[in-house]
Amino acid sequence: MLTRVFHGSRRYWALVALWAVLIVIGLFAYSRQFSQGLSVTGMSRDVSWGLYIAQFTFMVGIAASAVMVVLPYYLHDYKAFGRTVILGEFLAVSAVLVCVLFIFVDMGQPRRVMNVMLHPRPNSVMFWDFMVLFGYLLLNLVIGTTAIEAERKGVPPPKWVRPLIYLSIPWAVSIHTVTAFLYSGLGARPFWMTAILAPRFLASAFAAGPSLLILLALLVRRFGGFDVGERSIRALSVIVTYAMVVNVFFVLVEMFTALYSGIPHDVDAFAYLLAGLQGHAALRPWTWVGDFLAVACVVLLLVPAVRHRERWLAWLCAGVIASLWIEKGLALIVAGFIPSPLDHITEYAPTAPEIAITIGVYAVGGLVLTTLYKVVLSVRKDLQFA
Amino acid sequence: MNESRRRFLKELGCTVLGAGVALPLLDPTRLGTDVGKAASRPAAGGARASAAAAASSRQWAMVVDVEKCLREDVRNACVEACDRAHNVPRIPDPKEEVKWIWSERYEGVFPDEVHAHTPAATREAPVLVLCNHCTDPACVKVCPTGATFKRESDGIVMMDMHRCIGCRYCMAACPYGARSFNWRDPRPWIETDASGKPASDYPTRTRGVVEKCDFCSERLRVGQTPACVEAANAVQGGEGALTFGEVSDPDSDVSRLLAERNTVCRKVRLGTGPNVYYILPGATPAGDGRA
Repeated sequence: MLTRVFHGSRRYWALVALWAVLIVIGLFAYSRQFSQGLSVTGMSRDVSWGLYIAQFTFMVGIAASAVMVVLPYYLHDYKAFGRTVILGEFLAVSAVLVCVLFIFVDMGQPRRVMNVMLHPRPNSVMFWDFMVLFGYLLLNLVIGTTAIEAERKGVPPPKWVRPLIYLSIPWAVSIHTVTAFLYSGLGARPFWMTAILAPRFLASAFAAGPSLLILLALLVRRFGGFDVGERSIRALSVIVTYAMVVNVFFVLVEMFTALYSGIPHDVDAFAYLLAGLQGHAALRPWTWVGDFLAVACVVLLLVPAVRHRERWLAWLCAGVIASLWIEKGLALIVAGFIPSPLDHITEYAPTAPEIAITIGVYAVGGLVLTTLYKVVLSVRKDLQFA
Repeated sequence: MNESRRRFLKELGCTVLGAGVALPLLDPTRLGTDVGKAASRPAAGGARASAAAAASSRQWAMVVDVEKCLREDVRNACVEACDRAHNVPRIPDPKEEVKWIWSERYEGVFPDEVHAHTPAATREAPVLVLCNHCTDPACVKVCPTGATFKRESDGIVMMDMHRCIGCRYCMAACPYGARSFNWRDPRPWIETDASGKPASDYPTRTRGVVEKCDFCSERLRVGQTPACVEAANAVQGGEGALTFGEVSDPDSDVSRLLAERNTVCRKVRLGTGPNVYYILPGATPAGDGRA
């Protein structure tokens, strides 16, 4: 089955080459970080997590969102997702891989990363995050490859995979919940220490993930000759709409609590993001763009006539992803460190090597996704002509 | 994939996994050597297994007299003694600084003790800060490898520099900003003597690990007080600026001060139980003109 990865069109190879180039650039940047330490990044004593951990957080959401196609298809027998579900599962596989890599590149001592397994500490949420992420990766890899292998042979998937599929549903929720707990359990960081963080993470995940899936489905239809079907796209767009509505609602709930109570420590991070704090406002333009996109997308998505036009829908999906990337992949992590526990404001901006490494990691995800989708498309194509 | 190949891979996977789990059990000496290992021995030779139960509640603590530490020479003596004793690098870029004990603004240290009418001089007054060696430390709770741990024998929050993976979760969790990360190799920034050797034989650190104050566990082991305490007492007028002792011993200097003076801890509301206590100044700190 894997041999299909090595036979493809010129366009396929161009895409693979693009990923390869980005990966090589990322590797060069990483080798510099490996030899010089994390000082090549923009992180600091005060803002000790940056782009890497933020991307990790964002991508856990993308990974978790596979449940939005798995659940309707397997639990409710929603047939329209029949051709989408494998795309969702393989998206989850590449997304988790990206998450693991982002954690890895963030380590100060990457050679010792196995210490998490050799000296496990169940009191650390990070330990559980490792566990659930690896579990989720395995689950989706097994489920996805089994499904595609069965399809190739023209037989129903083996029975033993069914319990794994059911298990993957709460597991998807768990990966993003545990990731939220990484942050929301820290008394030192008032901006993160809120019970709504996990629900918020899930809502934004179920908006961003299916948005990406819609875009991928549209691309696959256009360039891969594989149509998931209009009903599937429409169902996904409804999921995106309501998840985004819930996410915006959760953010407003959170802002109300912080701003109405007026407790300085709860206000500070929001003030920094929206207005700037003591003349520091690096994230202000990003925040406003993100918030504007979120509101605009919600309003437009709620209009069926707009949502049902695929060209519009594609733009709205891109808007949703951009907005949530700013929220989770940029602002949330950095603003948690501002101001510092000693009331200093140190701003953060990623450096060129840091951005190159980030793009490189995403390119690994892109490459894995490309090859996995290639297998799916080849198998489906064979079946069509068989 | 045929059946036998699949089984082979399965067995290989199990073997690798099993070896990974069993390795540290088979060879306990392989891991956590040097700093962590040496430091995890009981502090005094007298305290042995029989006293283990009693020892578990022992807790070192420090009392900082903020007024006495208003003098710059006292604070500098503390910081310099610490930096020299532990080969703390002096990295000029504030983003990459490594700090074990240092001065911060009063209002940043005690955010709940200042209000709209607190004089500016008080707000800006310098206060020495260091790791609080909390009774329930947030950093220890979040560490995924046990590289930072609360030593049972005397309550010091220790670092095993050889186990730390540099994830910096502890830095996010510490409410006191007490932890520093080695963003780069610290060695070029360590003070050396004429022959190019570091000031002390305390192990230097590598890049990519987190470090912080360890209450001079290496000095306690040989019966000395922490370097900062000794240095403050050596400055004329700095005697008693820092007091160190066992808070678990009712007769210790620390316990006596805590009973007699009005003391505060940083951010008690978080429930971490800091073991560094502060005697706040009685009058406007800058009013004495000594700072």
